Amino acid sequence: MITLPILIPFASIILLLLFKNIVFKRFISITATLLLLVSSIYLLNIVHVQGIQVMHVGNWPAPMGIPLVIDMFSAIMLVMSGIIGICISIFSTSNVGRQRELYHFHPLFNALLLGVNGAFITGDIFNLFVWFEVMLMASFCLLVLGNEKAQLEGAIKYITLSLLSSFFFIAGIGLIYGETGTLNMADLARIIKEDNSMLMNTSAMLFFIAFGIKAAMFPFFYWLPASYHTPPVAVSALFAGLLTKVGVYGLIRSFTLFFIHNTSFWHTLLLVTAGATMLIGVLMAASQNDIRRILSFHIISQIGYMIMGLGIFTPLGIAGAIYFIFHNVMAKTNTFLVAGILNHLKGSYHLKTLRGVYNERPLVALLFFIPAMALAGLPPLSGFFGKFLLVKAGLESQQYVISFFALLVSIITLFSMIKIWNKAFWQEDQNTPTAKTKLSIALALPCIVLASLSIALGIGASFFIDLTTIAAEQLLNPDHYIKAILGGATP
Amino acid sequence: MEVILAISIGLLYAISVYLLLRRSIVKLILGIMFLSNATNLLVFTAGGLTHGKPAFIEQEQQTPPENIADPLPQALILTAIVIGFGLIAFTLVLTYKYHSVSGTEDLDQVKETDKFE
Repeated sequence: MITLPILIPFASIILLLLFKNIVFKRFISITATLLLLVSSIYLLNIVHVQGIQVMHVGNWPAPMGIPLVIDMFSAIMLVMSGIIGICISIFSTSNVGRQRELYHFHPLFNALLLGVNGAFITGDIFNLFVWFEVMLMASFCLLVLGNEKAQLEGAIKYITLSLLSSFFFIAGIGLIYGETGTLNMADLARIIKEDNSMLMNTSAMLFFIAFGIKAAMFPFFYWLPASYHTPPVAVSALFAGLLTKVGVYGLIRSFTLFFIHNTSFWHTLLLVTAGATMLIGVLMAASQNDIRRILSFHIISQIGYMIMGLGIFTPLGIAGAIYFIFHNVMAKTNTFLVAGILNHLKGSYHLKTLRGVYNERPLVALLFFIPAMALAGLPPLSGFFGKFLLVKAGLESQQYVISFFALLVSIITLFSMIKIWNKAFWQEDQNTPTAKTKLSIALALPCIVLASLSIALGIGASFFIDLTTIAAEQLLNPDHYIKAILGGATP
Repeated sequence: MEVILAISIGLLYAISVYLLLRRSIVKLILGIMFLSNATNLLVFTAGGLTHGKPAFIEQEQQTPPENIADPLPQALILTAIVIGFGLIAFTLVLTYKYHSVSGTEDLDQVKETDKFE
């Protein structure tokens, strides 16, 4: 049962390679992502009712084999990737173009979902590395699909830094294995808990850098704004939604489960980088003029909030971070998709030429307004509750500086969203309007779904906060996780 | 043995950092190759070296004897080599495509996507 999030994309890749007809390809892709979403919601329900689900692949008992584990945190992440999957598969049908669809856009897209879901449910650090590589390889191919010059150039920057992070990651894994003799996360957590003389700081730093590059944290983020605006916007939105969050997932998983010593050093480091990530990301966003680049820098800035929740390291902080990840993925993907709609309507991403959308297309303006204000954190939209939880957790644990930065960055985020709003939507278009381009349902539907999710996350916040609180409690008491995998008995 | 391997790992890392900092894209890729090999050797050495004891057990034995070589680091490295090979091949093709589109191989010229407009 819990292999479904891996099996569905895998089966659809095989099916997609068999058919040449574009309509079949779209149908398979949309059906597969819909099934993925349904099965991940089902899994979330199972985990909510029955607790952590474990499967030992090939019936090898832990810690020998590779376990697949779904706890609350993984389940929430799976639902998130399911929602993004279905939205992007619908949006891509009228965005990426026939040529790209013929040249295997859909299989690559499913391969990316396969890698992301695999990373969320594996319980073995080397297997996590392999899933990361599946995801990265698919993202490389998606990034260069189409062979435009800007895409190739962005890909060189993205690939170089991704490869560096992979090698740091595998070096960290090798050192952990040399020190503890195990790769199973639960076994590792058990060993480290019993013996706190282990030399884990080198591995922890290597993991921190590797996940930090993938999550686009402060000193390591330069690949992101250099590459995310080059592919078609459906691909950008997919990357913006899912890729960096897998890095954040890795950080939260490893720093709650097995890098649990020297907490004063690590949590201070996490908080300092979180603050710097937030502030520098948003300041660079405020100075840009291409909508996609503004949004790319906002991704970086918002990553800071997630790391902040991890650095505070209280149940409320972690719950806030998970809630914030979910909210951010919905809102951020949505803003990218609306940027794509603007490009379809007006043929530009640039604030110098985009004008007067509000008068011509009030609905599109509304579709941008909701996720933009959710990102800025206005109540009753989803971002408000994410930031509220994080700042509350910060103030309760006397982290005043980071809480201040969180609020300050929130204001600058609002400023740069208003900058887009004023120029692209409110300013009058001096040119005589050309014939109206028709807005297809495939473009509008995903945005409507994501916008209503942003509203639902805000209005039904207490329900979602309950779920993330359960996830945070499971993360901060790893005994259940260890017991679920190792079966209570110590081998 | 560990000392020799440690020195050669350090040497490989030094070479790769030097190459990564050069301006040519081809040297950058060579740097990545060296980095991948240095990392593989590091994993191999950190996993523990056992001299002259193969990673096999006798047919009738149920548990491995003492001092047997650990096959797991070798399996890890094998996986890492295969993945690294695929990635390097992809990067080489990418560089070729980029060169044929832009005509440059100088990393200082690769700044179009970072331009502020």
